[in-house]
Amino acid sequence: MNKWNMIVDVKKCVGCYNCFLSCKDEHVGNEYPGYAKAQPAHGHNWIDIELVERGQVPMVDMTYVPKMCNHCDDAPCIKAGKGAVYKRADGIVMIDPDKAKGRKDIVDSCPYGAIHWNEEEQVPQAWYFDAHLLDQGWREPRCVQACPTGALKAFKVSDNEMQQLVKTENLSDIEPEYQTRPRVHYKNLEQVRRRFVAGTVITEGNDIQEAVEDAEIYLLRGAENVGETKTDNYGDFKLDGVSGSGTCRLVIDKEGYNSQSYDIELSESINVGAVMLLPVEPRTHQHAESVAS
Amino acid sequence: MRAFRDSLYRLAFAVILLGIYMLVRLTALLQPAYRNRLKQQNLIVQIKALDKPMGRHYRFADGKVTTGAGIHPGARASMVFKSAETAVRLLVFSHDHQAFINAAKMFRVDLEGSQEAGAWFTETLSMLKTTWWKFGTKMDDGTVRYTNNTNGGPVFVYVKDNRIVRMTPIDFDGKDAPSWSLTARGRTFTPPRKTSLSPHGLASKSLVYSPDRLLYPMKRVDFDPHGARNCDQRGISGHERISWDEALDIVAGEIERVKREHGHGAILSSHSSHHTWGNIGYYLSANFRFMNAIGHTKMVINPDSWEGWYWGAMHHYGNSMRNAAAEPYGGVEDCLRECELIVYWSSDPEKTNGNYGGFEGTIRRRWAQELGIKTIHIDPYLNDTAGFWGGKWIPVRPGTSPALAHAITYVWMTEGLYDKDYVRDRTTGFDKWQDYILGREDNVPKTPEWQEPETGVPAHAARALAREWGSKKTYLSAGGKGNTFGGACRSATGSQWARSMVCLMAMQGLGKPGVNFGNLQFGAPVDYNFYFPGYADGGISGDIEGTASAVNLYQRMPHLVSMNSVGQKLSRMRIPEAILDGETEFYPTDPRALERQFAKSRFPAPGGSGVKMMYKYGGSHFGTTMNANRLARAYQSDSLEFVVNQSIWNEGEVRFADIIFPACTNFERWDIGEAANCGGYSLHNEGQLNHRVVTMQHKCIEPLGESKSDWQIYHDLSKRLGLGAYYSEGLTELDWCKKIFQACDAGKHISWREFLRKGYFVVPAEREELRAPTAFRWFAEGRQKDVPEPFPLPSEYGGKFREGLQTRSGKIEFEPSSLKRFDDPLRPPINRYIPSWEGPANKELSGKYPLQLLTPHPRYSFHTKGDGKDSSINDIGQHRLLIDGYYYWIARINPAQAAARGINSRDLVRLYNDRASVICAALVTERIMPGVVHACESSAVYDPVGEPGKSPDRGGCVNLLTPHRSQTDKTTASAPNSCLIELEKCNSQGT
Repeated sequence: MNKWNMIVDVKKCVGCYNCFLSCKDEHVGNEYPGYAKAQPAHGHNWIDIELVERGQVPMVDMTYVPKMCNHCDDAPCIKAGKGAVYKRADGIVMIDPDKAKGRKDIVDSCPYGAIHWNEEEQVPQAWYFDAHLLDQGWREPRCVQACPTGALKAFKVSDNEMQQLVKTENLSDIEPEYQTRPRVHYKNLEQVRRRFVAGTVITEGNDIQEAVEDAEIYLLRGAENVGETKTDNYGDFKLDGVSGSGTCRLVIDKEGYNSQSYDIELSESINVGAVMLLPVEPRTHQHAESVAS
Repeated sequence: MRAFRDSLYRLAFAVILLGIYMLVRLTALLQPAYRNRLKQQNLIVQIKALDKPMGRHYRFADGKVTTGAGIHPGARASMVFKSAETAVRLLVFSHDHQAFINAAKMFRVDLEGSQEAGAWFTETLSMLKTTWWKFGTKMDDGTVRYTNNTNGGPVFVYVKDNRIVRMTPIDFDGKDAPSWSLTARGRTFTPPRKTSLSPHGLASKSLVYSPDRLLYPMKRVDFDPHGARNCDQRGISGHERISWDEALDIVAGEIERVKREHGHGAILSSHSSHHTWGNIGYYLSANFRFMNAIGHTKMVINPDSWEGWYWGAMHHYGNSMRNAAAEPYGGVEDCLRECELIVYWSSDPEKTNGNYGGFEGTIRRRWAQELGIKTIHIDPYLNDTAGFWGGKWIPVRPGTSPALAHAITYVWMTEGLYDKDYVRDRTTGFDKWQDYILGREDNVPKTPEWQEPETGVPAHAARALAREWGSKKTYLSAGGKGNTFGGACRSATGSQWARSMVCLMAMQGLGKPGVNFGNLQFGAPVDYNFYFPGYADGGISGDIEGTASAVNLYQRMPHLVSMNSVGQKLSRMRIPEAILDGETEFYPTDPRALERQFAKSRFPAPGGSGVKMMYKYGGSHFGTTMNANRLARAYQSDSLEFVVNQSIWNEGEVRFADIIFPACTNFERWDIGEAANCGGYSLHNEGQLNHRVVTMQHKCIEPLGESKSDWQIYHDLSKRLGLGAYYSEGLTELDWCKKIFQACDAGKHISWREFLRKGYFVVPAEREELRAPTAFRWFAEGRQKDVPEPFPLPSEYGGKFREGLQTRSGKIEFEPSSLKRFDDPLRPPINRYIPSWEGPANKELSGKYPLQLLTPHPRYSFHTKGDGKDSSINDIGQHRLLIDGYYYWIARINPAQAAARGINSRDLVRLYNDRASVICAALVTERIMPGVVHACESSAVYDPVGEPGKSPDRGGCVNLLTPHRSQTDKTTASAPNSCLIELEKCNSQGT
């Protein structure tokens, strides 16, 4: 039996919120009997986007992370629902709008915060993959159709095929520690989980400052080399994917220059700013020339 | 012989007149909608011929029609033909509107009697055809799928029981034309088979059903057109519902009164720069047609999107008819094949989506990334384009970009990193430019070190950027479109910046392979030779002066010319002064020639009236007018005797009106349009789309409440002013849609019947061998101009037609000859860096107000469209923040400034200077550089906590804070991004 899955590629999410808006367009003011009551005009973001920013000016990056009901195979809401929440044969988790009436407790059962309480209708609600449309023959839910970049993709495949995709596409769960076996899988999520250490290596001479390209950067934790990279033509380096925390030593090497090293405290992504490398031999000759001219 | 012919025509005429009666009865029998139509009126109308008078009258009573031969003395209206022959020719060939127009112009056909009755009768006759037309697609779930258009792309609209269920982008089917594909660096790319939609388009349903919709005509409670007007209470006192008849009578009466009492130009027509999409209802169409018919002081829109380009860049390389935007052709293929680096400078296409372009360009920028094309992003804010593509971010202080550009130029000049042959052959004035940059002229070399204290960009970064740029084939994405726009062009240094962008490209060989303006937003390989009118083609306006109608549409679609008899004009930026001071001066936009912008205008014109009545379309101007408190004060002036506002929503300035006309959205009326095609000076704007899509804009639902289409409101007013037949030409909005369809090239591919039913048509992609050439390649190679744009005007060429640029030399001029003949101290012929008059260099002001306010376009709303009004966009946490039940506009603040003021995210903050206070919600973020506060312009909500114009606004109209001073003394160029403020924590009342 093929079942529905979603792949969210955060690297492709431009943050347009079309998924968010298409969900509102589909559900606000529209009741789909047997599927869901109408979504309230405000306060219910069945699909929402979190913006994760890392670093400090000007070494800042950002990632939009769309979030929604994960349609877990081990869904806590199904257990808590005691019959009011069920899993369809195609993998979609449905909150029965009639049986779940008055069941505010179901909202709290979701560790992801994906279930919303509809005060007016007195029902818990979540994004249900637009099952009412899929049942009419739609090829994909609204959010996928409205996504302009392919950041959201819906797949109806067998569990085996999906497991293959998880491996080949290197997919992960949004919160792996919850262990609820979500059917919404994330790609490139590591970029919001990791930290970076960044900076700019420059040098000075003849009263001008210049970027140092190809300086070697090492990050050491004790004797362990946590990461290494090189500076680009702007003297910039960004050592991404640093895990763990605590004190690390940042070493900057460039042939012909005095090495520099710093102790840095790693708790979040950090831009150490401009690092000045001075030549081993003072360039007195050049300096004299400059003065002469 | 003649007598015999005449008698034949008379016989035919008699048969036709009887036939009309029979057709009306038959149609009423078979079509319920038509049956209902006949129940609307009880009256007698007739059709007659004047030669040997003959005719037939028709009596409509209680839904039944009867007829009698001969002329009836009690007929309310008569359709009059000069002769039976004329009548037969026009009625038999009723599809030939040209013949009808010719006859009307020669007074061979006329309408006598009641305008109302006449219009009803002609519309009823028109419906004999249109009532049979079928449209929409029945879906399995009981909905009907229609099509429509938004400012952010075309949509399918699913409707059930006269209610919109959903709106989606359009997925193409197998019958739609195939997509293009292109190859670059060994890879083949083809776009997705669907349209894309901007957030403000996708939020449309929530806006149609917004609780802020105006559903009934209203009158200000303390306004009496025959007694006390209480103008000073505008914006304060409330409104009460009145009938359409009363509202229309008051407005028609005021139009007549102010013209009689005050004379030439007493009526100011003011509107926003954008509208709901279409060719019929657009402000340049239905609105202009009406305003021209009554005579009005025309509001001149300054080129606010282009500003610095128009006033500055134009003088270096021409392109005046594009407001100095660069040619937009061929950029997609050339960039993907040749370019190595894209420098985005004040450019955020992932936010602004080109212009109406959805996310069509995003996919192409993805291809560029996959091909390894690097990006650089110069902006005070880590904008969404920078954040998404992840290139190097170079934060630059607002208003200082020209200094960075000069330093780049310095490095190129001193290190030889420029195209010397190109400079020699294709430019003039380089020596003088070098003298300035190298400091030979003023002893100040414009080095990277020189610019650092100004811009905040480290000298090493500026130097590295110059070297990389100078050694790679680079596309300069200047402004959101890539070839124009950008917040940097809307500051005191806006013209300096845009000028420097052209000078940079002139040194790198503009037009050579891989070297151009652009960011893959424009220049898709679509068919540029297929005609469909954009909105600036004027639609049904017949306005051959104020729109681009005369170029194409006027010849293609038979319709009457309209002409404003009033010569007096008024700059939008100077409306408050015109009302409050009674006079003002300005430099009106006129893109026909480089020098047209040098002419100053005075208001009032000799013999002209001050503004006594304002006919305002829309309510957006508090969000989009610099120093907007001026506007509130102007509205409350006694000298402005009457204000009517015609709007869809009760937003911003609507409450300042004496009479409110409720207009409906484009989903509630008929229209026709092509996505992103705006015609006029953004010619081929649709070239940013992957597929050109022409859309029938079905009337999806009936107008909400008592709202009406703009066309209908103007038609109703016209009838009261004796202009009914002139305004409508006897046509309905649906008839006009068909006329537009017949005027365009779609009929060669799809029938009207099929188009109306299906709702959209995908224009076949251009064949590969016929694709439009790359912009400026002809110039770089010294050939005749070969891109498909009819600019510049023939007389603007310094040499032979289509040879060289619009500048007098035909080359890129580092020292423009046009500026040498005009003296504007802040706009000297050599583009010197002159710091902003409101910025860090202004020590006195920056001591008091140390923060620079950056006011870019909002991302999720399109200007004010989609914001406020209970729209679903308000819930986007990056758009507004919901705090204590109120949706606050967002001010983004760097952590350093936030910490110094004890501000955390979600705190309410008061942004203030001497001009105003605006309450926003703080968002503390490293995306904004230190010393700068980022708060978007174009809030749709104006919500003063006390007296309008004098108290803090908690709606978020940050343009209350921005200066209305022009960029230079001899321009009328907005400069909102030169704005100093301070901020502090506050409560919901701003204290």
